[in-house]
Amino acid sequence: MSAEIAAPRSQRLDPKYTRARKSRGSFEMIAWLFMRLSGVVLVVLIFGHLFTNLLVGGGVKAIDFGFVAGKWADPVWMFWDLAMLWLAMLHGTNGVRTIINDYAEKPATRQWLKGILYVATAAIVILGTMVIFTFDPCIPGSDLLVCK
Amino acid sequence: MSKTSSGTLYRGREGMWSWVGHRITGVVIFLFLLVHVLDTSLVRVSPGAYDAVMATYKNPLMALGETALVAAIVFHAFNGLRLILVDFWKQGTKYQRQMLWSVIGLWVITMVAFSIRHLSLAFGGN
Repeated sequence: MSAEIAAPRSQRLDPKYTRARKSRGSFEMIAWLFMRLSGVVLVVLIFGHLFTNLLVGGGVKAIDFGFVAGKWADPVWMFWDLAMLWLAMLHGTNGVRTIINDYAEKPATRQWLKGILYVATAAIVILGTMVIFTFDPCIPGSDLLVCK
Repeated sequence: MSKTSSGTLYRGREGMWSWVGHRITGVVIFLFLLVHVLDTSLVRVSPGAYDAVMATYKNPLMALGETALVAAIVFHAFNGLRLILVDFWKQGTKYQRQMLWSVIGLWVITMVAFSIRHLSLAFGGN
């Protein structure tokens, strides 16, 4: 239990190293609060997601297009998955942003890594949102109620 | 014991290890999330494309991978709730160590139950 894991932004850093001090208002406090609020909601959303997809019915082997169509024919599951997508992506992005700020010491490296992170986040959130809203559960031969 | 860790309540103790675990599981979950949105997006390409990718999840090796992923999620979830209690509950910092052992206990119970159900479904010939 005595392994050395230096606290971020300490010791390893050159004493001359200082980071630009620009005021960001209450952004960091709001981000901190968001992690806690979204965290509680995500526990419910993700545990529900894992329960319905992996533990009831046929589990992982039963997941196919028909399974997804059956869920997204119901607006409740559309909203569930939409909320999960947005909250999980923002929660995860802010977590990785914190890790980049802690360990990338050069300002340029930090900006690049965060830039790549934000582009990836935007792409995934937009893609996922469009998929949920433009999804058509009805394929020929479907016996879903909404398709009749 | 290293010199830097003596005399502190945090470094090298339960608090530090829970923080390390929270970061590592967080990054793992985030990377999976990126892939998971992409694979699910294939429902918009065609039913066949989605089913083909989902078929790759349905083998014993992936079943173990899914169990490891869920283990990371459940630890991150329970330890996250502990973290909220440390921040918002008056007695939170006093009991943070006991709460970590509770997190680990609940995590073991949850993972035993999950593994039995998930692995029997994944390995079973249904």
